[in-house]
Amino acid sequence: MIKAILIFNNHGKPRLSKFYEHYSEDTEQQIIRETFHLVSKRDENVCNFLEGGMLIGGSENKLICRHYATLYFVFCVDSSESELGILDLIQVFVETLDKCFENVCELDLIFHVDKVHNILAEMVMGGMVLETNMNEIITQVDAQNKMEKSEAGIAGAPARAVSAVKNMNLPEMPRNINIGDISIKVPNLLSFK
Amino acid sequence: MSDVVEKTLSALPSLLSLDSQAGAGKLSPSSKLGNLIKGITELTSKHEEEKLIKKELESIKEQVASPNTTMRQMKEIMVRAIYCEMLGYQASFSYIHAIKLAQQGSVLEKRVGYLAVSLFLNETDEFLLLLVNTVLKDLQSTNLIEVCMALTVVSQMFPKDMIPAILPVVEEKLTHPKEIIRRKAVLALYKFYLIAPNQVQHIHSKFRKALCDKDPGVMTASLHIYLQLIKENPESYKDLTGSMVTILRQVVGGKLPLDFNYHSVPAPWLQIQLLRILAYLGKEDQGTSEMMYDVLEESLRRAEMNHNITYAILFECVKTIYTVHPKSQLLEKAAECIGNFVLSPKINLKYLGLKALTYVVQQDANLALPHQMTIIECLDHSDVIIKRETLELLFRITNAQNVTVIVEKMLEFLRLTCDDYSTIDLVGKVAELTMNSVFSLGGDVMQPDIPNNFLRLLAEGVDNVEDRQLRLFAVDSYVSLLQGVTAKLPQRFLQVISWVLGEYSYLREEESDPGSVMRLLARLLDQRHTSTETRSWVLGAMTKLCSSPVSVALARDVCERYLSSLYSGSLNTVLRQKAQELMILSQDTKLRARVLPAEGRLESLEVDSSLSFLDGYVSEALAAGAAPYKSPHQRQEDLVQEKALSLEPYGLSLPVSLSSCSITDRLTDRRSPTLLSMSSGLSGNSTELSHQEGSTTLKLEGVKRVWGKDGYLAQQQSAGETPTPLVELPNPLLSPQSPPSQTQKPSSGLEPDQEKRQLASSLFVGLGSHNSVCLVRLPSTVWLFIKHCQSANQSHVFKALFKRFYINSCQSISCISGSPLKEVKGHSVSVCLHTVVMKRASVQVELAGLLSYQRPLGQPQAAQFSLSLSLKHFLRPLTVSTGDYGKMWLSFSHDLKQNLRLVTTEHQEPLTATLDALKGKLHLHVVDIIGSEGIVACRLLQGPGQGQPCLLHCRVNADSLAVWLRSPVPELPDSLLYHCQKALTET
Repeated sequence: MIKAILIFNNHGKPRLSKFYEHYSEDTEQQIIRETFHLVSKRDENVCNFLEGGMLIGGSENKLICRHYATLYFVFCVDSSESELGILDLIQVFVETLDKCFENVCELDLIFHVDKVHNILAEMVMGGMVLETNMNEIITQVDAQNKMEKSEAGIAGAPARAVSAVKNMNLPEMPRNINIGDISIKVPNLLSFK
Repeated sequence: MSDVVEKTLSALPSLLSLDSQAGAGKLSPSSKLGNLIKGITELTSKHEEEKLIKKELESIKEQVASPNTTMRQMKEIMVRAIYCEMLGYQASFSYIHAIKLAQQGSVLEKRVGYLAVSLFLNETDEFLLLLVNTVLKDLQSTNLIEVCMALTVVSQMFPKDMIPAILPVVEEKLTHPKEIIRRKAVLALYKFYLIAPNQVQHIHSKFRKALCDKDPGVMTASLHIYLQLIKENPESYKDLTGSMVTILRQVVGGKLPLDFNYHSVPAPWLQIQLLRILAYLGKEDQGTSEMMYDVLEESLRRAEMNHNITYAILFECVKTIYTVHPKSQLLEKAAECIGNFVLSPKINLKYLGLKALTYVVQQDANLALPHQMTIIECLDHSDVIIKRETLELLFRITNAQNVTVIVEKMLEFLRLTCDDYSTIDLVGKVAELTMNSVFSLGGDVMQPDIPNNFLRLLAEGVDNVEDRQLRLFAVDSYVSLLQGVTAKLPQRFLQVISWVLGEYSYLREEESDPGSVMRLLARLLDQRHTSTETRSWVLGAMTKLCSSPVSVALARDVCERYLSSLYSGSLNTVLRQKAQELMILSQDTKLRARVLPAEGRLESLEVDSSLSFLDGYVSEALAAGAAPYKSPHQRQEDLVQEKALSLEPYGLSLPVSLSSCSITDRLTDRRSPTLLSMSSGLSGNSTELSHQEGSTTLKLEGVKRVWGKDGYLAQQQSAGETPTPLVELPNPLLSPQSPPSQTQKPSSGLEPDQEKRQLASSLFVGLGSHNSVCLVRLPSTVWLFIKHCQSANQSHVFKALFKRFYINSCQSISCISGSPLKEVKGHSVSVCLHTVVMKRASVQVELAGLLSYQRPLGQPQAAQFSLSLSLKHFLRPLTVSTGDYGKMWLSFSHDLKQNLRLVTTEHQEPLTATLDALKGKLHLHVVDIIGSEGIVACRLLQGPGQGQPCLLHCRVNADSLAVWLRSPVPELPDSLLYHCQKALTET
């Protein structure tokens, strides 16, 4: 299970933090600091794995991190996850971000924290890996983005007008957006009972 | 791909020119979030950031409270609040609004609301109850996105008690036509299983349905559940083995749609998951294992080394092969695979290779053999993580032969990385575990510093949970060892055990009766095979443990037996002394409370390296005519000079034995002080010396024990006892450049044995000279009278003048003397410092005296002492100009000429080198060097004015140095020349 996903920049400023286990507010901040401390003092040419810090559960847990230019991506996982598997999952995550933001950069993460969280939610759910296929993730995210665009029409109007419209209880945005037929058929896989 | 990402990310420095980038084009820099971030980025200090965020939170608070804020604005506000929370600033006032947003917003706003809720709250939060209805409504919505959002938030956190309210709806979703909904529902149910297993018991059959779902994605999701279930209870799911094997075979065989490929590897994460499940199923089950051999072999074969992710599969495969019932053919292939990992230049693979090796050597240690060299290399790897993994591996292959080396390696590593906490933890445990086998196997033959290092490892470190656990673990394992047969355990191991038990037994006091450890130790004492040294360690441990009534009784019992006829004949004074101490301790509660304060254990001890607490004694001893402190080197010189009986063979044993007897004396007061005050080693002392020689080994042992036991003396000091009764004798006459050998840093904390021993030897070395007077200590019952003090040098008789007189009030002294115990409080000891001023300049002085003292009830007793001071003690540099030198030269009448040998060094002129040597040894002042001539000046300490001078004129003459000395003092040139000769022959 994935315990936490952290992204911070080279200076230790958090850019995204998602905990799948409950920690107190203070502990979370401490974990972010400690993790940054552990990760940042690693050279570039050492392995991507670290034994977990004390806060996040000690030796049972592992930190798996990748460094991309200005950002560190750190997944903290327990022993039931495969190190190399997670390492590639980070790659999938970053590639997905790159597709969704058309050349992702640190700024995108800052200004679209909510979107990044939404993308992550399609990949990891409640600490479990939900989807590892980039195209699949993008399909889901795109479906949601469509919705945003349809709302953007309203957003373009002056704020007062918007509130007027809202107050008039305008028939809302399209429901039942087709998120595409994404069920994949595997006819011959399930021959077992 | 990642290159692209990196390129883009590296373009970031243009961070604030917001719109220039494609990705940033979507931002509106005028937005409030934009402003906030812009503001934060421009800040330089944490303090400013705090101020800014506080302001921001204020404004957010205002806005959320305003009735005019639309949901759309609220959405933007929430994103800002999320940002603030991420930076660690609480925005708790916004929580309720996040819930409101999730309840009332349109789909998009709802999404932000749910996101904020899942980031702000946790399952124990009461606010969540407000959300239950919303979640329920959304789960039933016809909008797929709303359903997805609800499932996501449910799997992130949901109050345990409210699960029944939504469970039926979530269950329903397992049959939803959309694959993505089914998938999320499976994971949500898994989450429910994790937090409340009882509530989902009835749907286990539905899990099976999910496993058989026509969509591989749903099946994959259900494997999360099965991995957990099978891990908890493999027996109940053996029937799934066939299905799992079938799935894996199809996946490996490429039967999945190409969509599932990742870098042309079919569904690697799915494979990993399946391999793990198979490992659990096949563990220690031959039948089940046989079902999977084929597919394991196939995945091993198919996973060609071409991408990271195939290594991930291989690694999992190898682990599974070694977990299930072994099949030699597969094992071979797996071993080969591990080899590839270990030898790989890729550091991640090396790490995993070591991990795999660590895992497999538990079954077959020989597997590590082919990789010996790689392992050794990894030990010195620059990556700490690799190093640590290697140590872990070594730990697993420890045996009787290599154990010492491995432990050394571990300690070495430990020393290097003392800052990394978890490292200490790991290696500490490793070393601890290994130590037991080291000690019981390696035993007495190993070098003593290994146990010392080990004890230090235990004693060092902050007092925290891990250290405590480690110590407790040590105590527990040793107790169980002692409960077994101890006859085979090496003596040194028994000593370590005693020490550890003595120090840390209190950690387990809560759980066992306090007497048990004591009884075990007592049993050890009774055993025949226990050596004397070990017995003494055991007694020491018992002393420390003497706190509860049970153990006190036990201790008294032991001591009584020990001091009874059976043992009192024993020659070993140290043992006797320890038993005596223990006896006294066990009889006196008050004393015990002082000597063994309960909280005192954790205090770190400070050693007063300047020995300032001895000043009183020093002055007293000096006043009594004691010799000033001399370094061993000086003493040897003196010996040579006096052409006295060479005492060299005793040089080593003497200090040691003295110290041991002085300490013994302090505690038991058995010896007569006469033994301690030594008169000139030449005459009256010879018998005693031979006695010391005879007992050298015994005494050495004693010293080691007293000082080797961690903090033994120091502990008692902290309990308010008299300081160590040692005298180190500084003296105004002492040559200025040689502070006595007490250069040790103050010992930090509980540094057992080694440093202590070093310290001890350097402390005691001062007592070894034949003519230092060791009026070391004054038990308060002894009075010292200076009868008279006379100079005894035949040729020069001086009158001693007592010039200054000091009285030092010492702290109250508690003196543990022989029985009955007597405590003397507030008894001040007067210490006299007498300065001996010589009225005439002299080159050599012998000072002798008689010391008489009287015990309250005893006869007056006397001790003789003497000390001799040579020219070296009186010489000081004389700083004069060349002109003054010339004037003085002419005015002096006594002169002497002689050739001396030249000192030759590689990088110096012979003349300079020689004069430097003289300068260094005799504190001469080199006035000038001109060509092959040099002029040197010095003076005597005593005499009128600045002191009587002596001038030297040196000229290099062929390969010798022609020296011409002149001085107003008749005997000075001769004496100085002698010392110069000696100094030069020594270089």
